[in-house]
Amino acid sequence: MPVLKMETRGDTLVVVLEGELDLRVADELRKKLEESLSDLPVRHLVVDLSRVCFVDSSGLGVLLGRYRRVAAAGGKVALTGAQPQVRRVLELSGLFRIMGEYPTPDKALEHIC
Amino acid sequence: MRAKNNMTLDILSLPENLSFARVTVAAFASQLDFTINDLEELKVVVSEAVGNAIIHGYEGSGGKRVRIGVTLYPGAAEIVVEDTGRGIADIEQAMMPAFSTDPERMGLGFTFMKSFTDDLRVESRPGLGTRVTMVKKPSLVMHSKVAQ
Repeated sequence: MPVLKMETRGDTLVVVLEGELDLRVADELRKKLEESLSDLPVRHLVVDLSRVCFVDSSGLGVLLGRYRRVAAAGGKVALTGAQPQVRRVLELSGLFRIMGEYPTPDKALEHIC
Repeated sequence: MRAKNNMTLDILSLPENLSFARVTVAAFASQLDFTINDLEELKVVVSEAVGNAIIHGYEGSGGKRVRIGVTLYPGAAEIVVEDTGRGIADIEQAMMPAFSTDPERMGLGFTFMKSFTDDLRVESRPGLGTRVTMVKKPSLVMHSKVAQ
């Protein structure tokens, strides 16, 4: 499971992911995030990618799907700490054009809240 | 051009094999002068091509085979990913950015394959399977050519 840590900070769900975000983990990650977004009183989502060493379009699809859900309810999504090889894939995908990018979850929270 | 080396991986169409496939291809290709960044890009394109074979070619059915061939030439690696699944009816449409048959997927697999390689060819026959051929040249080789 790529979820290392999950916590609520105010009305924001902060999720720390680790490892490789690909087809192998996509379904499990999607379910876990969906459950948390449904069960917890949160409006925004911050995803820390500093421990993620690989992402492909299956992993990006999970992030995009959650963005759609959070944005539809008026919330914001931010990605933090992406390593260079992960950042390159995120840039090419265009996700940074719709989600905020910050160095750390704390910085993201400063801007979201 | 004469091949320097060659290998073939024949794996079951399981998501668990994706990481093995991309890491193995990158490790084999590292015999050429690829940069770390090149090898990271190779991992992404292998993941996308094999992932497409599993999800679309075999529609998630895990007991089928995906064949990955890598041939190293002086100054380029050719990666061929083949399945014998349902094939692609409209290759042009499938290769358009953001085209996806699944709303949870981004439809960017072919965009990554195009962007991270020097040549991409897709051959497919509905009902018979798909073959994706990608050629990647080490960035350093390309730079030295520019310098000349």
